Amino acid sequence: MIADISVFGDALRFIQDNPGLLWDKVVEQLELSAAAIGVGLLVALPIGIGLGHLRRYSFVAISVANVGRALPTLAVIAVGIVFLPVGFTVVLIALVVLAVPPILTNAYVGVSEIDAETIEAARGMGMTERQILQRVELPLASPLLFAGIRTAVVFVVASATIAAIAGGGGLGDVIVNQASYGIEGVIGASILVCGLAFACDGVVAIIQRLVTPKPLRGRHAEDAMLVAEPGREGAAL
Amino acid sequence: MTGILAASGPVIPDFGEASTCVQDNRLFCPDWVRDNWAPVLQPALLQHVKLVVIAVAIGFVLAFAAALLARRSTWFERPFDLFSALVYTIPSLALFQLLVPVTGLTVTTVEVALVSYTLLILFRNILTGFRSVPADVLEAARGMGMGSFQVLRRVEIPLALPAIMAGVRVATVSTIALATVAAFVIPEGLGRPIFLALRQFFNTELIVTAILAVGLALVADGLLVLAQRALTPWTRIKAGS
Repeated sequence: MIADISVFGDALRFIQDNPGLLWDKVVEQLELSAAAIGVGLLVALPIGIGLGHLRRYSFVAISVANVGRALPTLAVIAVGIVFLPVGFTVVLIALVVLAVPPILTNAYVGVSEIDAETIEAARGMGMTERQILQRVELPLASPLLFAGIRTAVVFVVASATIAAIAGGGGLGDVIVNQASYGIEGVIGASILVCGLAFACDGVVAIIQRLVTPKPLRGRHAEDAMLVAEPGREGAAL
Repeated sequence: MTGILAASGPVIPDFGEASTCVQDNRLFCPDWVRDNWAPVLQPALLQHVKLVVIAVAIGFVLAFAAALLARRSTWFERPFDLFSALVYTIPSLALFQLLVPVTGLTVTTVEVALVSYTLLILFRNILTGFRSVPADVLEAARGMGMGSFQVLRRVEIPLALPAIMAGVRVATVSTIALATVAAFVIPEGLGRPIFLALRQFFNTELIVTAILAVGLALVADGLLVLAQRALTPWTRIKAGS
């Protein structure tokens, strides 16, 4: 059984033989993940950008980052199931909870770390707060904003796979059900999940490239939740 | 019915002896936690800690070596960074399952996966630490006659330590979270009680295990912050401002 590589061949055959089933599962997982990212963005972006613009309440961003890293998908789902029936809603809530920390933290750091003199200059030019936000802060923060969104997408797609045990659907349904689909099904679905994760990450990278102002392109921003830039408040957020 | 099942093996717990709280599956039953701490929860917690410590230790050695190589040569940095980012993107459940045909339903499978996930975080943080050492400080150290190993040990590592420790913190906390997924492969760690509780939707076990997992991560993070302060006393001078 150990080191039985031939199962990868069987897995590819399983993918070939079951395009309909797997396609349905891929769509399910994409819908779930997209919904979670969408709600996560709606919740986290205004708070992160707002607090970053005020340059206050950094403890919110720091606490959210700390708790966000510590939350295991399984634990979030477990607690969710205690209070809600198994199904789409509980899984969606769990995924939103996991998507919010990276988006919020990076939005806060990205906006709040913009050079204070730049903002001062914008204000001196007579820009309103809204204009400063739209024309100065958001473009300058966009590398970090997207670093956070990419981390959130990676978290959510991975967690959506695990969420199958709570009725979330998606490719995880096949992975956790070896009894029905066999080892070749489990491995086949795992391969597809990898492809799905790479594709989602790639799509966000392309969007990032399209919306990032030209002079900022190619500037590599490290996710503030994962990498501690020297000089940043509290060394690691 | 219960008698037949109980006779066939201890697979299904005998609810006949359980308290009314457990039988009714109320929100939280302290008596269940008390009775099952020693046989169920404590072993799972200790296994979890062991899985994480091994993974972070191996991951640290690999990432540190990689960061040393990448410190001055960009030819190594890009490929290793891409590789670790690629691995980081793979959903954990899929990575565990893809390793099973190669290394079996073993601790090795779990550790290979967990170590892989630490690489990106540790590598980038350690490298950031090394890169933060000012060039004139290195110049001065060399001017004082230090050899390259001495510069590394007495100048670069101490100055990079805050970033290195930050990386260890993030890697440890996220590995504690990820290690719950190990229960899909081996019956170890805090994922195990969550799995068992999911079969019966047993509230107490779901809640207490979730609290243990998150609590373990927060305690580990706190301990590493204390270790960081002890190791880098000079950074606290700036912290006051």
